[in-house]
Amino acid sequence: MINVAQLSLCKGGRRLLDSISFQLTPGEVVAVIGANGAGKSSLLKVVSGEWGLQEGELSYDGEPVQGICKQDLAKRRAVMPQASPMSFPFKAWEVVALGRTPFGLNSPKREHKTALERLELTGTEHLAERHYTALSGGEKQRVQLARVLNQLLSSQAKHRYLFLDECTSSLDPSHQHQVFQRVRALTNEGIGVLAIVHDIHLAAQYADRVLILKDGALLDAGSVKNCLTPQAMVEAFALHTHRLSHPEADWPLLVARKNPLIAPQPVPFKSADVAVG
Amino acid sequence: MTTRLFTTLIGLLLAVALMTALAFGPVPVSLRELGIWSLHWSPMALPELPRHIAIVLGDIRLPRVLMGLMIGASLAMAGAAIQGLFRNPLADPGLIGVSSGAALAALAVIVLGNTVLAGFMATFGFLALPFAAFLGALLVTWVIYSIARMTPGGSQVTTLILAGVAITAFSGAVSGLLTYMADDAELRSFTFWSMGSLASVTWRDLAIAAPWMSVSLIGFPLMAGALNVMLMGESVADHLGIDPNRIRRRVFVLTALAVGAGVSVAGMIGFVGLVVPHLVRLALGPDHRALIPLSGLVGAALLVWADILARLLVAPAELPIGIITALLGGPFFLYLLMRQTTEGIQHD
Repeated sequence: MINVAQLSLCKGGRRLLDSISFQLTPGEVVAVIGANGAGKSSLLKVVSGEWGLQEGELSYDGEPVQGICKQDLAKRRAVMPQASPMSFPFKAWEVVALGRTPFGLNSPKREHKTALERLELTGTEHLAERHYTALSGGEKQRVQLARVLNQLLSSQAKHRYLFLDECTSSLDPSHQHQVFQRVRALTNEGIGVLAIVHDIHLAAQYADRVLILKDGALLDAGSVKNCLTPQAMVEAFALHTHRLSHPEADWPLLVARKNPLIAPQPVPFKSADVAVG
Repeated sequence: MTTRLFTTLIGLLLAVALMTALAFGPVPVSLRELGIWSLHWSPMALPELPRHIAIVLGDIRLPRVLMGLMIGASLAMAGAAIQGLFRNPLADPGLIGVSSGAALAALAVIVLGNTVLAGFMATFGFLALPFAAFLGALLVTWVIYSIARMTPGGSQVTTLILAGVAITAFSGAVSGLLTYMADDAELRSFTFWSMGSLASVTWRDLAIAAPWMSVSLIGFPLMAGALNVMLMGESVADHLGIDPNRIRRRVFVLTALAVGAGVSVAGMIGFVGLVVPHLVRLALGPDHRALIPLSGLVGAALLVWADILARLLVAPAELPIGIITALLGGPFFLYLLMRQTTEGIQHD
């Protein structure tokens, strides 16, 4: 279990995160939602150990994160970034093979075989011999997911965690669902998932719980059903929605109203903005 | 092309280069004499060599060839590693100003060694020159990297190249100032430093520079796996358990060792670190585990051949070797720039 208690973060004089507490249990998917600039990415960077801990507590299965070395951390958690550009023409399977870095690389033949298996998991085995640089944005993301799976599934650690940073934003709808179904399947192997999700519908369908962030603080946390409400949408996004019920399932459907935007406060003119002469 | 075939080809090219470099010169040496000389350590009963041939081979040509080999290998490896670290195939220790920083520091020690830098000279003795060159190279590498990280574009080509131009121009200006204080002998060494030459390499030079270079020759291949991961960005490296700061520091120090030692013995030899990794990448792909060691091999062969040309083209005089590598590398660099802008090989 990842335990986060009273976590705060300041950067450049700004308070990006403000005493956030939550827990991530192996086997569950927790979605992080919130407006742009609410602190979602910062939260992910601190909890995944990429940024140092400033204030508060963060532990992985009872061990404080400060005491875990980078390589050990890499054996317990993987991070799927928003986009991964690369300037040198690695083949797709070579990118996937890099996922095994924390465990030491095997012979090229075995690396190739494992990489192909992981590519199969994301439906991209046909891209294996293509140059990564020549793939489309969506194809790159699915290859990156295979690399992240290669890291997670190579690990013998008892509890493993996966962090997703808006990783489906460049995918078409059917590939978005494909990725989340794959991620959902990982929970059966005892992997806990913390995912930043922009699409409320995806969060409603695939997450067990949600964390709603606003201005760096936790606005609300709880089950999908309790948290994804029109009221929360107003508070978190300043957006008016209708809550509909799904014809087949019991997760909430939040649909934007006809006039969804809450009127923004008029911004007073600053004299500096007016061109002189 | 398979790695094995490539290695064999380059190995052959290097072997032929070594034999040519030893046999060729104002004192002609036949292949038979070369054979006898190279076996003279063995207990075999061999015909006696003329004394002057043994001296030419052992004391003049061998240290020069060995030095060329080591400088070529370490510059090419440094180029491959720096390109990986900057995630940019146009980064080269020469182009981004590292060599000129090292040369400036070396020149400062030569000109100011009796006055301002007397204390530095006294502390480091005969190691003062290579150590100064190392510090100069390290400083420039660090400055360039900070600039690349501070600018919004990251390690974009334009930022790097322009920063390199600025640093090279600045070092040139300071070097120009120093030449006003220099005497005739120091002026000659200034010319030597700015164009690069292996002509005066002795066993003593080799003994001073080789240990530093060996560290980089062993160190760079050990960084290969980490550099592969660094190609995906520093965040991803961190996620995969590799500390990007540590990798960066190591690459800086190894590069400064390679460039500093090379410059202190042979002056500025440009473009090796740009051209060689690029050719190897074209043949074998970007995996640093093959790229770095084979860049070393190709760099060694290239520099030994360039030195042969430097001795051959205006015989009995000699060209600075830096002129040969720049003649090859300049047009190649232009070609890379054009390809990069028309095909956008690295911006996506």
